[in-house]
Amino acid sequence: MLIKLTGGKVYDPANKVSGEVRDIYVEDGKIVAPRPDAKPDQTYDVKGKVVMAGAIDPHTHIGGGKMTIARMLLPEDHQGDSVARTDVTRAGCGHAVPSTHLAGYRYAEMGYTACFEPAMLPANARQAHMELGDTPMVDKGAFAMLGSDDYFLRQLSEKQDFEAIKDYVAWTMHASQAIAVKVVNPGGISAFKFNQRKLDLDEEHVYYKVTPRQIVLNLARALQELGVTHPLHIHGCNLGVPGNIESTLDTIRATEGLRVHMTHTQFLSYGTEGDRKFSSGAARLAELVNKSPNISIDVGQVMFGQTCTASGDSMRQYAIAKSAHPKKPVVMDIECDAGCGVVPMRYRDKSFVNALQWAIGLETFLLVDDPWRMFLTTDHPNGAPFYTYPHLIRLLMDKSFRDDTFQRINADAQGASILPTITREYTLDDIAIMTRAGPARSLGLKDRGHLGAGAAGDITVYKDSPDREAMFATPTMVFKNGELVVRDGKVVKVVQGATHVARPEYDKGIEKPLKDYFDRFHTVRMENFKVADEEIVKGDKGAVIVQPTKARAAA
Amino acid sequence: MSATSELFENVACPFCGMICDDLEVERTDKGLKVRKAGCGRAVAGFERKLPPSSPQIRGKNVPLAEAVAEAAKLIGKSSLPLYGGLATDVEGMRAVMALAERSGGVVDHAASEAQYRNFKVLQSVGWTMSTLTEARNRADLIIIAGTDVQALHHRFFERIAAPRQSMFGVNAKKRTVVVIGKGLDKAAKEAGVGEVVMLPCKPERVGEVIGALRARLRGFTLNKLDIDGLKLADIDALADRCRKAEYGVVVWAPPAFDFPHAELTVDQLAGLIKDLAPTQRFAGLTLGGAEGATTAASVATWQSGYPMRVSYASGAPEFDPDRYAIARMLREGEGDLLVWIASYSPDLAPPAIDIPIIVVGTPGMKLPKSTAVFIPIGTPGVDHAGRLIRVDSVVSLPLKNLGRADLPPAEDVLSAIEAAL
Repeated sequence: MLIKLTGGKVYDPANKVSGEVRDIYVEDGKIVAPRPDAKPDQTYDVKGKVVMAGAIDPHTHIGGGKMTIARMLLPEDHQGDSVARTDVTRAGCGHAVPSTHLAGYRYAEMGYTACFEPAMLPANARQAHMELGDTPMVDKGAFAMLGSDDYFLRQLSEKQDFEAIKDYVAWTMHASQAIAVKVVNPGGISAFKFNQRKLDLDEEHVYYKVTPRQIVLNLARALQELGVTHPLHIHGCNLGVPGNIESTLDTIRATEGLRVHMTHTQFLSYGTEGDRKFSSGAARLAELVNKSPNISIDVGQVMFGQTCTASGDSMRQYAIAKSAHPKKPVVMDIECDAGCGVVPMRYRDKSFVNALQWAIGLETFLLVDDPWRMFLTTDHPNGAPFYTYPHLIRLLMDKSFRDDTFQRINADAQGASILPTITREYTLDDIAIMTRAGPARSLGLKDRGHLGAGAAGDITVYKDSPDREAMFATPTMVFKNGELVVRDGKVVKVVQGATHVARPEYDKGIEKPLKDYFDRFHTVRMENFKVADEEIVKGDKGAVIVQPTKARAAA
Repeated sequence: MSATSELFENVACPFCGMICDDLEVERTDKGLKVRKAGCGRAVAGFERKLPPSSPQIRGKNVPLAEAVAEAAKLIGKSSLPLYGGLATDVEGMRAVMALAERSGGVVDHAASEAQYRNFKVLQSVGWTMSTLTEARNRADLIIIAGTDVQALHHRFFERIAAPRQSMFGVNAKKRTVVVIGKGLDKAAKEAGVGEVVMLPCKPERVGEVIGALRARLRGFTLNKLDIDGLKLADIDALADRCRKAEYGVVVWAPPAFDFPHAELTVDQLAGLIKDLAPTQRFAGLTLGGAEGATTAASVATWQSGYPMRVSYASGAPEFDPDRYAIARMLREGEGDLLVWIASYSPDLAPPAIDIPIIVVGTPGMKLPKSTAVFIPIGTPGVDHAGRLIRVDSVVSLPLKNLGRADLPPAEDVLSAIEAAL
């Protein structure tokens, strides 16, 4: 089966194609080199349209226990966005924390073909994959959360051989079917269980006597030496605390050149200037990121309206529980493995803090020069639901629209932001990098995020409208593995995406101390802790794609 | 072991919400035998001999395909099918949701009346919770509120409340268990817990005990205490224990609070934890969750947005925890067909009602007179593989096929019915 998309303006930055008119050929689900002589089975005229690879969200909370807590928590939020089944699609509900099927449909309807759940607790991995299994249309993957789990903290405090730490990190990635590793408030989730209420970069965990700096360095180095493509994904110390820009900058400096990804930095870029002791640290962050080629970031943009924050950071989520709207925060300590906090939140444009959060996010987007090291996220649903992406793209691409919006936010926040002085407008190339090529390269998805021969036939076609919000909200066509799945922003065919994982090498000998640990302390057997391929393939009717890792390096 | 026998290790037990997974079960030509780590309930569940069974239409044996076709016909004709029981696994629950959606039905679990004592609190004020492994290793103070934990989970003390080893040195000897409830302290005493304290009262009064405790913790004077003879000194002693705890865990199971507006008792328990949270660590641990209740609520929530009591009559999920409680609907004559799924215990039979019932259930169940179709199914973790979510709503376990009987999973039967609609 050969299909051809003719006459589109192609934006494929991974292959250095910038708006040139090209025909795209897809055979049996994969993009192939142009074959002008061949007679396609299907031809789609996309003349004048913008053609990009399917978009990739590298950080969106769409599957796992805390999302289902959030869903359970917010019936009043679902009721305004109830969706009936159709001949093609399942029923569900949307808004802040959409049901699994709706999340898949709506991502696809926005031109996305892959989504990554960034906070999979290994103890909850099985359920996270079940929920991702019920999320159709898009490819998926998940990042295993480490750094507050007692096994790793014991290794670190006992000063175990670094190779054993690497083995454990790799084992966890296999056991939980992860593609990457994330650390959340390094050590802080565990420290909170010991009643510590804050943990700065060089502050000792009261029980294990290790610091967040040591945790970050060990995990970042472990992943690098294990050859995992995506570097350590860091949700830093002090999230949401005024003045946290210092620990964020210190964390970047602490990496000593190791590659790391700093996530949802908006929540971690706050200064203490001004009458209200709350100010933007975006310029300082951007300055350091611009100088540090080992660092990539995503923003976690805040948008105004009702949403729900959901994070593994139980310590900081408890601390913000008093700001919950509606007032029903949930906090959990989980399995000597991690924790979570779910706090409903309404961001208001007339609130000084919320308005400045919004401005800090945009400043960060616009001040970081290299779009290859910057990914577009709202940290769904923490900053806003993912449906706000088209609006966010317009804010980035359209200075006058941005200025108009700026005029409507809290006046004191306006006075505290340099946003109007920034003239940069993102180009379609920038957007294609930030939402496709960059995340694919960072996550190590060899055959996604680009339109070169050998790539998956994940393609999005947009009408080239000057209203970029309308353009990105409603793609004309979306293809998944070469099949037309969305037309004019509506799902026309439901498909099941694959689950991407990475499997670095490890010494199976690690299972001996691990088994002993599980038998002595846990309530689950090590053998049952592991999520088998068959569960994803047979149980969830999906597929597993193992992305390559580099050979393991010795210390 | 005979030539045909097989020994299974690390077997997860689906017969209560704790889902212990350290069992050893042997299959011989005589059936299954629990060899290790089985409690009474596990032994009864795994070793139960299934009576012969066949798909039936109105009591007459028929081939499976005919029963499926008849079920599809009844569902197709129904104006409002009610999907109840829901004692199944993740895959079975997914099939229930798809079928309910397709047929415009209502979804509700047999135990949801108890679960809603929790959900109402969660959905109103939130809460702070712990999980089994966390409590096992950390809890130096365990307050058991009005619940006969031993009856619900035979191995709770051995595995969680009174473990021989703890990661942080808090073994059984170093723990205090406070039991609020009359005669519920026996298991804690037998388990070798360092200190067992009992505040005897009826389950209905637990909320008042906690209310008094919260008042004292906040420094209020109480003139007179009138709770089943409890003394203010007992409350103050408990307040003192709370203040001294490193990691306190408040344990309850919503089925224990079987009286009107019991959610107010759960609200007190969540409130106690919230009151203590600014200066110290406390968390709840809610138990129960047998018959796949936690699994049903979780799958329903991630697929529909709501923990059951959802109607798809309009095509879209509509949630109403009172209106779509199936027990109430049946009492008041709403709905014209009951589809009952129960794959674990034969005791979870559908209620005797006048409207026709399709039973997709384990063999041996007593079928009400109005049963129009019966389709025998396997038990997940015994007759087929599956997955089940534990009572703490965090951990899920893989269930093995132990090869007891050649019966189809609920998923296959329900999907076949949906395909035949």
